Formats: sequence, C-alpha cells, structure tokens
Amino acid sequence: MSDKASGEGIGQPVRRKEDFRFITGNGHYTDDINRTGQTWACFLRSPHAHARIRSIDTSAAEAAPGVVAVFTGKHVADDELGGLICGWTVTSKDGTPMKVGAHPILALDTVRYVGDHVAMVVAETLADARAAAELIDVDYEALSAAVALSTCQNEKTAQVHPEAPRNTCFEWELGNKAETEAAFARADRVVKLDLTNNRLIPNAMEPRAAIGEFDKGSGIYTLHTTSQNPHVARLVLSAFVGVAPEHKLRVIAPDVGGGFGSKIFIYAEETACVWAAAKVGRPIKWTGDRSEAFLSDAHGRDHLSHAELALDSEGKFLGLRVKTIANLGAYLSTFSAAVPTYLYGTLLSGQYDLPAIHVEVDGVYTHTAPVDAYRGAGRPEATYLVERMVETAAREIGMDPAELRRRNYIRTFPHQTPVIMNYDAGDYEASLDAAMKAIDYAGFPARKSEAASRGKLRGIGMSSYIEACGLAPSAAVGSLGAGVGLWESAEVRVNPTGNVEVMTGSHSHGQGHETTFAQLVASRLGIPMEQVEIVHGDTDKVQFGMGTYGSRSGAVGMSAIVKALDKIEAKAKKIAAHLMEAAVEDITFENGTFTVQGTDKSLAWAELSLAAYTAHGFPSGEIEPGLKEGAFYDPTNFTFPAGCHICEVEIDPDTGITKIAKFVAVDDFGTVINPLIVEGQVHGGIAQGVGQALLEHGVYDAESGQLITGSYMDYCMPRADDLPSFTLGFTKTESPSNPLGMKGCGEAGAIASPPAVINAITDALGIRDIEMPATPARVWSALQAAAPRAAAE
Amino acid sequence: MYQFHYERPKTLADAEALLGKADDPKILAGGQTLIPTLKQRLAMPSDVIDIGGIKELDFIRAEGDAIMIGAGTRHATVAQSADVQKHNPALAALAGGIGDPAVRHMGTLGGSIANNDPAADYPAACLGLDAKIHTTKRLIEADEFFKGMFETALQDGEIIKEVTFPHPEKAAFMKFRNPASRYAMVGVFVSKGPWGVRVAVTGAGQNGVFRVAEMEEALAKNWSPDAVAGINLPAKGLNADLHGTAEYRAHLITVMAKRAVAAAG
Repeated sequence: MSDKASGEGIGQPVRRKEDFRFITGNGHYTDDINRTGQTWACFLRSPHAHARIRSIDTSAAEAAPGVVAVFTGKHVADDELGGLICGWTVTSKDGTPMKVGAHPILALDTVRYVGDHVAMVVAETLADARAAAELIDVDYEALSAAVALSTCQNEKTAQVHPEAPRNTCFEWELGNKAETEAAFARADRVVKLDLTNNRLIPNAMEPRAAIGEFDKGSGIYTLHTTSQNPHVARLVLSAFVGVAPEHKLRVIAPDVGGGFGSKIFIYAEETACVWAAAKVGRPIKWTGDRSEAFLSDAHGRDHLSHAELALDSEGKFLGLRVKTIANLGAYLSTFSAAVPTYLYGTLLSGQYDLPAIHVEVDGVYTHTAPVDAYRGAGRPEATYLVERMVETAAREIGMDPAELRRRNYIRTFPHQTPVIMNYDAGDYEASLDAAMKAIDYAGFPARKSEAASRGKLRGIGMSSYIEACGLAPSAAVGSLGAGVGLWESAEVRVNPTGNVEVMTGSHSHGQGHETTFAQLVASRLGIPMEQVEIVHGDTDKVQFGMGTYGSRSGAVGMSAIVKALDKIEAKAKKIAAHLMEAAVEDITFENGTFTVQGTDKSLAWAELSLAAYTAHGFPSGEIEPGLKEGAFYDPTNFTFPAGCHICEVEIDPDTGITKIAKFVAVDDFGTVINPLIVEGQVHGGIAQGVGQALLEHGVYDAESGQLITGSYMDYCMPRADDLPSFTLGFTKTESPSNPLGMKGCGEAGAIASPPAVINAITDALGIRDIEMPATPARVWSALQAAAPRAAAE
Repeated sequence: MYQFHYERPKTLADAEALLGKADDPKILAGGQTLIPTLKQRLAMPSDVIDIGGIKELDFIRAEGDAIMIGAGTRHATVAQSADVQKHNPALAALAGGIGDPAVRHMGTLGGSIANNDPAADYPAACLGLDAKIHTTKRLIEADEFFKGMFETALQDGEIIKEVTFPHPEKAAFMKFRNPASRYAMVGVFVSKGPWGVRVAVTGAGQNGVFRVAEMEEALAKNWSPDAVAGINLPAKGLNADLHGTAEYRAHLITVMAKRAVAAAG
C-alpha cells in the first residue's frame, strides 16, 4: 500500500472531505437551491392546543398581493390524499393494535397542538405569503386540552382522538411478569424510584425545508427535502399519502445540516409543497424558521416512569419491573410507536445479568407536538432508568457503585436477555476499569474534600450503558411490528479511468460518510480517497436505501458496500484472469494490483478498469463488459455498543450552579474506521446528553398547551462553556454480526451521559433524585429541602 | 417584517424633525431588540428612524469627576475605553458582559436604557451609579428615569443624547445569567461614591430595575460582604418562571450583592 493510501486506511484519523465545502459556504442545502418560477409557502399554524375549526375564510388572503393559491384541509380531502402514517404497529397486551388517530396534511375540523397545520399560502415572495397568512380568518372554538402526562389518561381529561379513549394509544408490555413477581417475592431488598425523562426539542442547525416541483411534460414530481432517508420519504408519499406513484416521484435530500432523528420523519410541510406544486404549476419552496422548528419538529423523550429493582443479600440483581407513561404528542409520527417500546423496553437489561424483567408502557396522546426518535431514541430513556436504579441501589445498600456493577455484569456471550435482545460481544468491565483509571476514581475523596475547603460540593457518578444499534435485522423488526425492513443497499460503479462512484442508501447529515465510506473503498481497492465519490440522498441516483439513524450507517450501510466490493473484486479477478491468461484462483488482488500468483505478471487497477469497458476479446457469454455491482445487506443481529461514562461535578451551594469538573467516556464501538470522526460523534453526543441532564427542557403550559420554551430565550441549548474538555478512551470487542466488526457510535454520548451527570449531582447533594434538567434553580431548591433534613439528622 | 418607512438622519436635529412628522415612529439605535421584534412581526411602526449614523451621539469623554458617554456608543466601545476602564472599571466590565460579541458591537447605551428591558444590564449601572440622563429636552436623574418594565420617563419625540456617570470610589456588578437567554436573571450593581452607597438590581423585579434600601443602609454602615450576607429579601414583586421561583431570585440577590461587594474591594 502506498504511503498516502496507508494514511487514509481504516483506523486513520483522516480529516473530513466534506468540511471544506461546508465551512467555505459551498454546501448545497435545500434553502440554497432555487428553481425557475419558484413560489414560496407559508403555513398558517394553530394558536390553540385544541380547538374545533368552525370555518375558514381565505378570501382576503387569496386577494392579497402576490398570492398564487391558498390551500386548506378541505382541498387535501377533496384530492383524497392520505394522512401521515406511523410505520410501526405496536400491539397492546390485550392483543389489540394501537389506536391510531387520523393525521391529515392540513387540519380538517380540529387542531390538536399549538403549531398544527391549518392552511398553506403560496405566493410570489415569502413576505407576500406571510402577510396573506395573517389575513386568513379561522373561526376556532377553543377546547380544553390534554397537556400534562400525569393526568392525560384521566376520564375527565380532554380527548385528543376519538379513536383512543383515555388518550391511550397502546398499553404494551414486554418480559415475563410471573417470573418478575417471583423474583421480587424472594428479594432481600427492593429499590424504588420515580423517574422523569424530560422532553427535548431537537434543534438541528438547519431548519427543515422543502421544494416541491412538478414537470407537466413527464408527469414527474421532484421533492428537495431535509431528510435523513429520502427513499422512505418517497415510499410513504407515494404508497400511503398518494401524492404520486413511486416511479413518478424523485426525492432529493441534498446537504442536510443535522437531523438527530427529527429529519427521519415525513412531515406535513414537504408533503403539502410537493402535492401543491402540481396544482399551482410552479415550484413551491418552504423553509421553516426557528420558531416553526420549535413548534412542529417532532420532539424527543418525555417519559414518566416508576421502577423497582430487586436484589439479593449479596447485591445480585434478581429482577426489574418498570411502568412507563410515554408521551406520543398529538399525532403518531413516522416511527413514534417503536421508540418507547421496542427501542426502550428491549434495553432494560443494561449491561447486567438480570434474570427477570417486566416492563409496561402506556403510549399516550397529548395536545402537544408529536414525539418521535431523537438521538438515541428509547435507549437513552432505558439507560437513564437502569443506571439511576443501579446507582441508587448501590447507595442504599452501602456498596461502591462500581462494585455493584461488577457483581452484575454479563460476562459470557452470546447472552440472551429476558427482553428480546441477544448480546453478541462485549467486555463491560474493561470499559469500567479504563474509565475509573482515566478519572482517577481512587483520588475522588481527596478532590471532594479539597472542593469542600472551597465551599463547593463535589460528586461523582457513573453510567455503564449499552445500546442496540445497527438497526436492524429485517426479519426481527418485521416480527415486532415494523412496516419496513432495515437492510441497506450499495452500488459500486467503477469508471473506465479507474475512479469509483459509490451509491449508498445511507444519508450523511453530519456523520462524515463522504470521508469514512471513501476510506473503506479506497483502502479495499488500493486507490487514493480522492478517486472515490460517495453518492447519496437522491432517489434517482441510488436505487433504494433505508437512510441514516440508529447508528446504522457504519454497521449496515458500510457492510452493504463491503458486499458490493466483494462482487467487484470477484468480477475484476475474472477479467484479470482472462487478460493475463491465468486461472481465476491464481489471481491475487492487493494494493490495487492484480497479480498471477507465483509469476511477475500483474495488472494495475486502472488498467483493469479500462479493460473492463473496452472489453476487447472478452469471451462472449462468459464475461460481461463493465464493472458495476450492487448489494443489499441485511444484518444478522443488532450491534451492541457499550461502555462506561464517569462524570464529576462541582456544585456552588450558593447559586445551585453545577459545573462539570471532569468527564470521561470509554466506549466500545468495535472496529473504528476514523477515530477523528468517532471522537467528534462522542463529543456531540455527550454535549446533547449533558444538555438533557442540565439545560434542555421542552415545556408546555399545563392549562393552555402553549409552548413556553418556544425560543432560545427559554429553551437552553448547551454552549461550549457549559461543557468541560472530555477525556475519551476506547476498548474493543468486534461485533461478530457484520463483516467489519463495527458497532456504531452516533448515539452513545447522548445515551450514556445523562445518568452519569445526574448520578454525580445526587452524589454531591446527598439526595436520592433530582429531575432533569438539573437547573441551578432545581439544585438550589433541592439543597434547601435537604438542609433541614441534614440538620435534623 | 411589516413594511415601514425608513430614515437615517445625520444629525439629532434632523432625527427630531423626522420623529415629529411620523405617525407611529420607532427609533432604531443598535437594533438588538427592535430588529428581532420587527422580524417576528411583533411591532408595526409607520416609520423607523435609524439614529445609528448620528456621529454626535458616539463619544466617551472623561471630564472632572465623571464620564460622559454618548447615547449611540456601542457596548464594545465602552468596554474597551481606556477612560472608562480607568475611572469606572465596573462600568467597563458591565458593558463587556452584555449579550455576546455581536450584540456588544451593535447595541448602544441609549438603546438599552430607552428600551428598559427588565433584564438589561445598563439600567443597573445607571441606577447604581446615580447617573444623569441627558435628552434632547432635559436632564433626567436615573432615579426618575426607569418607570417599570419597558417603561421610562421618556416622552414622545425625546431622544437620549448622553449619560453622565460620576466616578465611584468602589463599584462592581455581579450577574447571574439565565441559563438559556444569558440575560441577567439577577444582576446586582453596588457602588460607593459621593452619593453614598447604592445597590441596584436588574433582572429580578417584575417592574424592572430597583434599589435595595436595606442593603444600602447596611453597606453604608459597614462596607463588607458580611453586611449584606444575612439580609433575606422578600420574594414579593420578583419574577417567577420556569428558570426559578421568586424565592430563588430573592436569595440570588443576596448572593450576587455579597459577591459584588467582595469584588468591589
């Protein structure tokens, strides 16, 4: 391998190819794209959490300057367009399917959350569209709203959908109830905790945007949209909404500025833009502003849970039972039913040999924005619950939390948990040991007393997390209610000059695929990375793909590329054998050169590529011209990234301000392609996790259902000075379930860090629990509540 | 943004004349509040009179025992002024801690106090330093200027020209920032000077900036952090929201006052 190639190979910290275009303003985000004859859309949104629409008068808006058209729910209904769907069906414990309320593109007679879509104005300019939207006269009959999660299942609470009595979409369970009861019956100790997993609002840097177009000549619709999975968007828009047949709809997700889950889903805005483009005969562009993002992007988390952990006298876990109420918001979003069920309940075994688990989850509707997957999606909620329980148990039995974890770690693999997952590889103690060493766990008492001498309260907390990534074996998810398979596709096109285009169904919106995927291909073919182009995000270029989420692009997307490369190599060897007049079995391929074993006969990659296309003298019928191969890869199992994060905080008791003094993350992601990018993913994930633990909270007024945290004035995003320098470490057990041994790294930080932070804060304060986000005000209040108790003790 | 008529006069006299003619004008200074408000379509003025180009409003002069600062002077200019740093370092530090660099390079002293945002920093400096506010019509004492949330003694057509800050003997500003907006949730300006002792609080009060007589009296007797440490203020009249209760803000006033006195030396 050449020096350059080895510097770009698997495991090398190659700087991101795509960054130069992003930081020089040469990216092509949806809002950067403008089409000839383009019009602008503005959506009129509901000011009420719950109201009946008595009438809508659009006449003044239609007459306003620059207005091209005004659409309401009636137009959508007249066109018999389907509603937005949830692609995963969850079945309740009584055997009935989840209760799904209709989710029209534009509200027909009822609005169900502040920000719900009421009408779309299409105009010559954005200013015209906005001005006209204000002229639409909607006669609302305001109704009481179901907002608080704790009361939304009461008989007297307002109903979100007539289909779902007591606002209950499903009552799901997982695990073995009888065995769990038996475990609790013989327990020496039971630890109980009520936990809140706070609602988060995603806040990708680029707001959602769309441009819908219709070509009258060909009858083809084109949608540019900020999507993490353009093919799934096309499938839903054609098969379920019915905008256009699949072959007459092209969906392009160009450069996308962050998603974190919120851009997986198919929303009303892009649907309306592409549908209405044919009606007005001109392209329609919509770019959401930040206020619209707060109101209408799918939110994340929002659970209330009661958990109980049974232990024997030695601290061995016997059983876990959990009851969770999960907020789904006003409508089911694309994957929302799966998040608090199969992405949550299945991870409640954590890293532990927990023989009996029973979890019940009520998925409930409220008059708030839809809640769906957000970085981690279910797994942060599971990890938070398990790791808060373990830490609390350790404190209650007076055992070091690390020791309690050691006593319960799973040590042999494969390990079948009581909640579906079959863990295939891991070494949990290795990450715990490495993390404890990195943070100098033994030196903590000295640091605590030094902090006390400065009047500060220092605490330490850990989190031994596991996640199920590499979503996912199609048969497995199909049996659990998924409406799609979760394989991935790839196509490798070798050009006559030897450079390569790789079409992938994965979608990059910050992950750096153009770099990591190129590293894989370049090192495999022995060519420089600059000769590899990664193509994604366009249904006309890539045949099909399931997109990027669930830390799947490495484990699943790259595995598909490996499979396609295997086929490329096989075909290339066949051509090489023919050209060098040797047997295929005697051809070796290394460092970009085909060699006849035991001879000095060889062919360079570029020579072979050209020969593949000149095809002179190929034996007819035996070797087809060209060098292009595709593959679909379906994983055999989930992957199980795991590790240990330890957080040390210092609290100012006068103000309640928590400062993160140290943060160590040791992760086992299996094979790492590019450590620079992986570290960046971990940094970003921890920032979001710390954000959840200390800062971020999506809050609705419990009576009116107005979003209180509708801007950065009240919704607190983490900033650089909220975070310390992270100390990162890696351990490695390869995943046996994919050819590269990868596990996925995109969500780990967000999954692992919240319980580490809260465990550290509760340790510092000497209290059992504090609700996230642990704001200065909450910490101070907790100290005030604890002070009289401490004085009395 | 709704449509409006825009003017950018070169002199104060022209600005006054334009204000007199307009139906429902708004003065645009640094625009750090007005522009976002316009963009969100929360204001619909007939005219926007941009006074950002009036050179006579942009100055800092140290004369005798006071510093005169033109109303159009940007926060960053005040923060970096050698005169302000020498004679009134607490004021320089306060200006250097407003918002973020973008805000500090656009926002102006006059704009801040004319808007009188209940969480703005400059009102605390004006009240805490016994400042004199000179307008196109008169001189207004800081004690008379701030009338409540977003309310001042300014009349229609009246433009702030400059603010006179007498030199303090000792002064400091301590701010507890709202975690989200980073505005002052509680900001306390303490000073000692020819006017005696002043303690001005911004961010916490429902009616904007206010003085704390109990702390001023205690500090007049004994200028030390301990003098205010034991003072528990009532929560009545203080803001309460998802970022903290009124009791928490009352407590923070004491903590910030204590720290400000310590910092003032």
